Amino acid sequence: MAIPKIDTSFTPITHNPENILEVNALKKYFPIKDGLLKRTVGYVKAVDGVTFNIKRGITMGLVGESGCGKTTTGRTILRLNDTKTAGQVLFNGQEVYDLSKSELRALRPKMQIIFQDPYSSLSPRMPISEIIGEAVREHNIVPKDEFDDYIEQVMSNCGLMSYHKDRYPHEFSGGQRQRICIARALALNPEFVVCDEPVSALDVSIQAQIINLLQDLQEKYNLTYLFISHDLSVVEHISDTIGVMYLGNLVEYGSKKDIFSNPSHPYTKALFSAIPVPDPTVKMNRIVLEGSIPSPANPPSGCKFHTRCKNCMEICKSVAPEQKEIESGHFVCCHLYDDVKSVSENG
Amino acid sequence: MSNKSKNKDSNYLSAKESRRITKENRKITRKYEKEISRKNVPESEYATTMRDPQNILEIDDLHTYFFTDQGTVKSVDGVSFDIPRGKTVGVVGESGCGKSVTSLSIMRLLQRPIGQIVGGEIRLNLGDKAIDIAKTPMVEVQNIRGNEISMIFQEPMTTLNPVFRIGTQVDETIKLHNPDMDKEAVKKRSIEMLELVGIANSEGVYDMYPHELSGGMRQRVVIAMALACEPKLIIADEPTTALDVTIQAQILDLFRQLKDRINSSIMLITHDLGVIAEMADYVVVMYAGRIVEKGTLDDIFLHPAHPYTIGLMNSKPSINKTVDRLYSIPGKVPNPIEMPDYCYFRDRCEMCVEKCNGEYPPLHKISDTHYVSCYRFDEEGGKE
Repeated sequence: MAIPKIDTSFTPITHNPENILEVNALKKYFPIKDGLLKRTVGYVKAVDGVTFNIKRGITMGLVGESGCGKTTTGRTILRLNDTKTAGQVLFNGQEVYDLSKSELRALRPKMQIIFQDPYSSLSPRMPISEIIGEAVREHNIVPKDEFDDYIEQVMSNCGLMSYHKDRYPHEFSGGQRQRICIARALALNPEFVVCDEPVSALDVSIQAQIINLLQDLQEKYNLTYLFISHDLSVVEHISDTIGVMYLGNLVEYGSKKDIFSNPSHPYTKALFSAIPVPDPTVKMNRIVLEGSIPSPANPPSGCKFHTRCKNCMEICKSVAPEQKEIESGHFVCCHLYDDVKSVSENG
Repeated sequence: MSNKSKNKDSNYLSAKESRRITKENRKITRKYEKEISRKNVPESEYATTMRDPQNILEIDDLHTYFFTDQGTVKSVDGVSFDIPRGKTVGVVGESGCGKSVTSLSIMRLLQRPIGQIVGGEIRLNLGDKAIDIAKTPMVEVQNIRGNEISMIFQEPMTTLNPVFRIGTQVDETIKLHNPDMDKEAVKKRSIEMLELVGIANSEGVYDMYPHELSGGMRQRVVIAMALACEPKLIIADEPTTALDVTIQAQILDLFRQLKDRINSSIMLITHDLGVIAEMADYVVVMYAGRIVEKGTLDDIFLHPAHPYTIGLMNSKPSINKTVDRLYSIPGKVPNPIEMPDYCYFRDRCEMCVEKCNGEYPPLHKISDTHYVSCYRFDEEGGKE
């Protein structure tokens, strides 16, 4: 069986100094190996051509169902997966995947990640000061004699007490563990933090504490967040721009106002109408999506959403839609907007 | 900081102390276990009458304790509420507040011997008679599970056995409760159930293994199993928490349709206030093993009375309202082993009155349907 060739072509973009991160046509495929010789028989197209950029000091929210490639996008941007399949990731104008090992190491403190599950992302055998301090020491963030004070200061910034230093992760509740994860990421003075579902494993009241903490820290240190979550109400609260992903594609992307007041892609509309509103007087006009998300190893042809879309047209089944700017800064990938003149084309 | 005071903080127990507790616990639990393992219990011992025949289930002053090696955890400490026929009762609260333990008590699925129902009644309406589940012998409880009450667990991934086909697992439930059905009839019924919960390719799914299905499909299978014997009460313990919003919408839709179709009551346990607002007729808010507020949906959402309920509502970001900063309830839940003797919420409460220093506030009636356990309303109610 012939393996379909991967299309790695893309138009390179130029760096805009306003943006801290520019992602252009990023693809990440995972090979499926089978047979006696473990030959590659196909690819899981986890991220399949994602383009967006993040301005300095803002929060970009990335939403979508599980399995749509949100987390892989976050990890690929940070080069936590060894390779990318195609596309560009420019961090401060520098292609992340062109860096040598030592250059990448120098860049690491600048970009950090907070993982989803605070229960499994902390080593159970390390005391808190070591969890937070390990990378600080590795990267020589502070001189040796200031090390202890520095760790204490980072901890207090994140709402941890100095006597927590010698404790182990199992002695902490979920909310406090997430604070430790945040402290670990921020101890390196990063510019850019990927928050991969930081509050999904937490209770509502603890969620609020952590979200407030993230916002306070952002203000204090002028951080840029890529906030990955499937909880739309949380994303709506924290983000300035929002990207909606479906099966490896960014189907809609724009400012929070654009996306929430004028959701344009049929998937975004369905996603928004599915959120339960904690107010019994509001009766939502719900669009219930039939079926479930198709397999990313064998995605539908044309527009990947056409199997579940109620506005599906003939063209959707064969031709994949291009990203179109329907308002300034509001991009949609849908054939419904083929007639709409792109803002940039209008001049 | 000295070692001693630090130890006090973290509830440190010496080995000697722990041994003493373990020994005492064994004495207590043995007494309860003896009670449970009695044979040929006459029906008169657990027969009871319903307060209101319209209710399918009445929980009255339920106490469920866990006798752990660190001390006794009062997971459910005097909980009472009713589930009317054909209605949905939503139970909300943070993790560890006793929501799930309440439902496990109803099903008598507590982890024995450390978990025991130590007091209270759970009255189940069987139509012509009523029984107290808390005192019913296990043999009888077997007949209630599935036939009268069934439960949908939180994780559809772990509820299904990975080594058996879907069909086998659904068949098993049906066969167990209808021993005289033949094989063909059981299979027919299974496929019928799978169709009922909206699985399109039901005959194909019948022969599949759980890992071949997505999360939403698995949850549908679990629901099909729960509904197989048309129970009068369905306990759904966080049925959609592990699912995506779009799948959650499908499952909630399904619940609504099924409820009308077989006219059963639902006890819906969740921490998502949005789900409650959509599904429930009555709401029970729990905090640290006790009910802090209960009432109809409108009572709770439009006129929340307890500071905890208000805090919970404000701390959830909502699509329709924008706030700069989310409200977060300060502090944390008290240690379940050493509960204070005053209102459990006092230390986190921003609306304390002087009376709050007294003992735990009793449930106070605001209206015919709305009850709250808070002194603030005691005062106001007294003035009126």
